[in-house]
Amino acid sequence: RTVSHGSSGRLRGLFLVMVLVFLESSVFTLAFASSDQHSPTTAHSDGHKATDHGSHNNTGKAFPVLDLNYENVRVPFEISLWVLLASLMKLGFHLVPHLSNIVPESCLLIVVGLLVGGIIRGTGETVPPVLDSKLFFYILLPPIILDAGYFLPIRPFMENLGTILIFAVVGTLWNAFFVGGLLYGVCQIGTESSSILSRIGLLQCLLFGSIISAVDPVAVLAVFEEIHINELLHILVFGESLLNDAVTVVLYHLFEEFSGIGTVTLVKGFLGVISFFVVALGGVLVGVLYGILAAFTSRFTSHTRVIEPLFVFLYSYMAYLSAEIFHLSGIMALIACGAVMRPYVEANISHKSHTTIKYFLKMWSSVSETLIFIFLGVATVAGPHDWNWTFVTVTVILCLVARVIGVVGLTFIINKFRIVKLTTKDQFIIAYGGLRGAIAFSLGFLLEKDHFPEREIFLTAIITVIFFTVFVQGMTIKPLVELLAVKKKQEAKRSINEEIHTQFLDHLLTGIEDICGHYGHHHWKDKLNRFNKKYVKKCLIAGERSKEPQLIAFYHKMEMKQAIQLVESGGGIKLPSAMPSTVSMQNIQPRPPTKPAAERAIPQLSKTKEEEIRKILRTNLQRTRQRLRSYNRHTLVADPYEDGLSDLFLKKQKMFQIEKKMNTYLTVPAPPPDSPTMCRARLASDPQAYSIKPALNKVPMIQVDLASPQSPDSVNLLDEFGQANQQEEEEQGLMMKPPSRPREGKKPGEEDEAKDQQKLMRCLSDPGPSADEDEDGAFLP
Amino acid sequence: MGASQTRLEHNYDDLTEKSGFSHEQIKNLYQRFQQLSGNNEKISRDDLERIPALNNNPIRKQIITAFFDKRNQHQNDVGSLDEIGFEQFLMVMSHFRPVNSKATEEEKATVRKQKLRFLFNMHDTDNDGIITLDEYRTVVEELLSQSGAIETEVARAIADAAMLEVASTNVPHMAPDDFYEGITFEHFEQILKGIEMESRMHIRFLDKNAATMRCGKLSS
Repeated sequence: RTVSHGSSGRLRGLFLVMVLVFLESSVFTLAFASSDQHSPTTAHSDGHKATDHGSHNNTGKAFPVLDLNYENVRVPFEISLWVLLASLMKLGFHLVPHLSNIVPESCLLIVVGLLVGGIIRGTGETVPPVLDSKLFFYILLPPIILDAGYFLPIRPFMENLGTILIFAVVGTLWNAFFVGGLLYGVCQIGTESSSILSRIGLLQCLLFGSIISAVDPVAVLAVFEEIHINELLHILVFGESLLNDAVTVVLYHLFEEFSGIGTVTLVKGFLGVISFFVVALGGVLVGVLYGILAAFTSRFTSHTRVIEPLFVFLYSYMAYLSAEIFHLSGIMALIACGAVMRPYVEANISHKSHTTIKYFLKMWSSVSETLIFIFLGVATVAGPHDWNWTFVTVTVILCLVARVIGVVGLTFIINKFRIVKLTTKDQFIIAYGGLRGAIAFSLGFLLEKDHFPEREIFLTAIITVIFFTVFVQGMTIKPLVELLAVKKKQEAKRSINEEIHTQFLDHLLTGIEDICGHYGHHHWKDKLNRFNKKYVKKCLIAGERSKEPQLIAFYHKMEMKQAIQLVESGGGIKLPSAMPSTVSMQNIQPRPPTKPAAERAIPQLSKTKEEEIRKILRTNLQRTRQRLRSYNRHTLVADPYEDGLSDLFLKKQKMFQIEKKMNTYLTVPAPPPDSPTMCRARLASDPQAYSIKPALNKVPMIQVDLASPQSPDSVNLLDEFGQANQQEEEEQGLMMKPPSRPREGKKPGEEDEAKDQQKLMRCLSDPGPSADEDEDGAFLP
Repeated sequence: MGASQTRLEHNYDDLTEKSGFSHEQIKNLYQRFQQLSGNNEKISRDDLERIPALNNNPIRKQIITAFFDKRNQHQNDVGSLDEIGFEQFLMVMSHFRPVNSKATEEEKATVRKQKLRFLFNMHDTDNDGIITLDEYRTVVEELLSQSGAIETEVARAIADAAMLEVASTNVPHMAPDDFYEGITFEHFEQILKGIEMESRMHIRFLDKNAATMRCGKLSS
């Protein structure tokens, strides 16, 4: 044990050394490369042409066996190097023990960025301006937002939409004006008239306020992901960070224009308000349009499954870019697109595409986030900076104060309309979770130097606020959450009972509202659902799935998940962990009704007699079964998992089933002994199962399950004409299976697919993520 | 009409105490009651079935039955009524009042139990204290009844699976001979503890503090 531990420790150390060496070398390459950045591009092409000419002229020169040509690959090389650096950093953190528990990843990444920047500067080179606004807004930000939007939990989001909107809109406005206004006041009053601060106009201050006031989704995601607070708080802060983009965009453009022109009129202010609605609703509209397009396209992709994920990504990105064309809120477009297209696309695409989309989104958003934080660190070192003590400290304090006052004040108003009130603890977490991030920095970076001579002061202040919120608030929020005993996220999976009752409750409440004659919340939700079911689903979902009610879809999903889990757990020997339970369907059957003796057709048997009969039948049937098994070997569908263990369980299972039959049959006139074939046929199947396959009963079909709790196989002793059966199965989707197996939570339906087992094995070559079940919850509201 | 009005006013305090609604709310609900009953003293099942908006509701039968179920009257009675008066109407409605946010944990637990009891009674149609497999199957079938032609096997499979889950959670170790008769009230509470009933099972307009409260007209 100690040896391996030592060797793994050594390996880790080796890996870290490798990372550091790589870091150094990459930094030097980048520094070297950046020094060439300043030479105009024409020189490159000239140089290239010159070498061409040169090579033509000097045909006598020796043919270069090994040549160095860095210029051609410079840009892709640099990009790849940065991404590789980011990913290695991410790896490295998790290898160092305990570090990821204390410090959130975002802090570590910023520190790495600082280091890299410092090293570059230390070597005398100028630090490349990596956090270019274009790069940020068009390449780095969209994956994170798309990931958030696609996996947005719709139900809690919609339930709290009012609260989220109030925080996002009113809260951000309040923050912007409070910070901007007070900052202007401080600048004017607190300093001498000749200092640089007093030259900052009100509009510039307000612009600065609007930049700094927006809660940043990237930072919030990065920090909140690690603290696992309850769903309500998560969705409130996160939703706010997403929706305040519209406000930020409007305020930013408004103040930018105003400070450029210099005059503010009431009409312009009014137009500003209107433009807010245009920006927000327009963004959402663009997103919804593209979402519907994507859903519609996915309807036809059944023959080209490989490119299905591509449609999702392309349409979403187009939505973002299209919104940006018109200065609408790109973030809201992206969220709307992802949220709208998801239920329909998921009904249409294959399971593999679904996994692909999920993984690609997670991968890109993860890399983006890492890069953003590293670049923040590098950009901090790059500067240019103008540190002004007053400005910076006042900004930080004002931001905090504004946030707290804003949250408390708004909650007071909001609680009047909420049923589930927000407690003080909740308010504290919401206020404390208002982190600022890279969006603020990029917006500040976008400011033009000629219009805003105080740009550097702004940038410095923005960076300080970002550092403060990410480091101080980010690091302390986890212990605070523990200290305040804030409710954590419930890890429990959504069970089918909860699903049934959620739906039941919805219908019940809608009904009560109708009886009251009150057109409330549930009434409209119900109307929307019915509209969705009747018209929208038919258009956007291919084939039969359009008619599938939500409960059944949920059930299928759950079965699929369990089948996957079973296969992953080895499909044989190991017990799937869930809840060890020996309850089986046969326990659930209602107790046979005890009729009064007079009504019975046969006299009631005493308990001992019953036991005897049972024993006799058991032994006889065992013998028949043994005969059966030898018969089976020839017509058996190939079953690679069969082994001695499953034989034992098979026998046990058969016994249980027979006993169950006994219990019901003993109180009812026993049916005449049938022909052996019918006897065999009835062995494993529930009487009800027969109704499914009326036409195919020409050949006796025995469904024998290898009912070990581990084995997922059910052996279908089908005749050779198996295809007809298969077809029917596919049509129905769910087959009634012989119940009872001493296996908990396993839906009796899924193991029927023994022949599908092979298919299943091939399909499920990628391990589905077992940890995050949450986003796969019911996505239809 | 006049006589019943004055009688009602005398009873306001009594009703407020029993149901927990305010005078204002009781007045509104009384108006609605009058509409539904056609100004009669009592509402029959037909009156409720005539509400057009309920037609699309898959579980309308159960909802209507719940109004006429004596068990929901807080009086430890069983059986069902043919007609209900205003007081009984109010008692059923009181199940859907949101819980007061200032209530203590104990009070919240009581309210929660009450609401769960209402749900339980809706499922347990033969009033034997347990929800048997058949009753549960009926519930699922009713839920899916509006969704077009669903094979009963699918509904049964879902109900079976759900039942199995309840049994597994609550009584994990059962010998093959044991029978799990049905979901008792305790088990019911257990499996639904993930859903916060006290905050989810309510109609907003029945909130005492609701800013607006008006019953709609019965559109015929």
